[in-house]
Amino acid sequence: MSPAVAPAPSKRMSADDVAARLRSGMTVGIGGWGSRRKPMTLIRALLRTDVTDLHVVSYGGPEVGILAAAGRLRHLTFAFVSPDVPNPITGGSVPGLDPHFRSARQAGAFSATELDEGMMLLGLQAAAWRVPFLPTRVGLGSDVTRLDPNLRTVRSPYPGPDGGEGEELIAQPAIALDAALVHLDVGDERGNAAFTGADPYFDDLMLEAAAEGYVSVERIVPTEDLVDAAGDVTRLRVGRLFTTGIVEAPGGAAPTECPPAYGRDDDWQSAWFKTTKDPEARDAMLEEWIRG
Amino acid sequence: MVDPVRRADVCVAAVADCFSGDGGILANPIGVIPMIGGRLARAAFEPALMMTDGEATLIANAAATVPADERVVETYNPYRRMFDVVWSGRRHVMMGASQIDRHGNQNIAALGPDPQRPKVQLLGLRGAPGNTIHDTTSYWVPRHSPQVFVAAVDVVCGVGYDRAAELGPVAARDHEIRRVVSDLGVFDFESADHTMRIRSLHPGVDLDAVVAATGFDLVVPDDVPTSREPTPEELALLDEVIDPDGTRYREVPDPA
Repeated sequence: MSPAVAPAPSKRMSADDVAARLRSGMTVGIGGWGSRRKPMTLIRALLRTDVTDLHVVSYGGPEVGILAAAGRLRHLTFAFVSPDVPNPITGGSVPGLDPHFRSARQAGAFSATELDEGMMLLGLQAAAWRVPFLPTRVGLGSDVTRLDPNLRTVRSPYPGPDGGEGEELIAQPAIALDAALVHLDVGDERGNAAFTGADPYFDDLMLEAAAEGYVSVERIVPTEDLVDAAGDVTRLRVGRLFTTGIVEAPGGAAPTECPPAYGRDDDWQSAWFKTTKDPEARDAMLEEWIRG
Repeated sequence: MVDPVRRADVCVAAVADCFSGDGGILANPIGVIPMIGGRLARAAFEPALMMTDGEATLIANAAATVPADERVVETYNPYRRMFDVVWSGRRHVMMGASQIDRHGNQNIAALGPDPQRPKVQLLGLRGAPGNTIHDTTSYWVPRHSPQVFVAAVDVVCGVGYDRAAELGPVAARDHEIRRVVSDLGVFDFESADHTMRIRSLHPGVDLDAVVAATGFDLVVPDDVPTSREPTPEELALLDEVIDPDGTRYREVPDPA
């Protein structure tokens, strides 16, 4: 009797399997946003290898300072690095400054391509759509062209909105990733995955822009249970067309938040930030976290 | 005896007035006083404004800070969708500024002469270039000082009027820096050459003190107006529904 559900290859692997596929010098996109749903189990596994000299592309949270403190960062493409921290006035959250990232950046420990949040979206989208650039008005008039002398503009071949010459636009180049690391909430072993929190961030786009896409999830369920586990079909944001491997990693975003499963670990984050001026304490805390 | 005017209340009213006339767009004030001022604008005189919960939805609640389970959601607005809104021109954001100059150029990225080796690394560009080229933008500065109001910013994140003029009327068609609100006064760019002008000073603020706290020459009108106080109705809205915990007084204390 033939099965009702067509079989498909399993892409299930361990976090260490993922790390073993990464190579020094790679361009690696990291999903999430600030201190929200960062693929921290995968990053810990990466830090257990010798992989270094990385070009990281991220809407940056604490993982950037961690990779910088561990000496693994050669180049960073970023619009911000600001872990979410408690807002002392309202009791909510506010984008904070990461002392590890700041001290490494101020010491010139890595080079950087600095761009607007939307330019990063367009660069990833261009890579995903396999075009060399996407045109935008974002960046015009600002210092993005001074910060990145390689950034070019392009003249529209069509008349401008006033009927005159075509507009000059920023030509945001494709940001092609060798690998993407993201953490979602639930998936199956074929490599499909869903988010159950409020925001998918840019995780699906990171995977689409990458030659190899690695997804960790809080839990893996049978494919026939995926929609129910996700809540509804609109949450199935990641299809296995774009995944190379999937890892079951409960708590895989901690110490960043992964709502509704768990919140941000402010105690860890604040203790980690306090080690900036004490390299011994920093390395000890990092080592403990990596070995976890 | 009349109650003394509280500085935070004046700041909130000044922020609210920034959104006057905006109609059915996304009012996106970022920060404690800005969020309260934006909610006040919607409650008092701009009911068509849409506003965020600070996360992934636009909500109808009157309060500035709303627990997740009490949010009245109007629509879904995750980060990806926010760029659709920004690039559509249907938004007025109020950002912070680590530095701002007389043309309205804003910096939140880094301090120091070499951006590749900053003396002080700040947040990064965030969305400032895209915000200022596509939509009306205002700024909130909770501590007015010569370190913030500078002759020239170290990194241009948000685009000012001199740079917009260089781009020309087509590229800069959506560019408007409407106001800068600080703890000392309200500033705009409605001068002949679009350089920063004193629009009003908050009650009790001395002109000399503002001049001394500003690292460039402000355009000073012959008669400097005094910033308005919230109306009794607005104060009631603030105290009863928008900011009943008085968080605004913790961001801007009353002058000594």
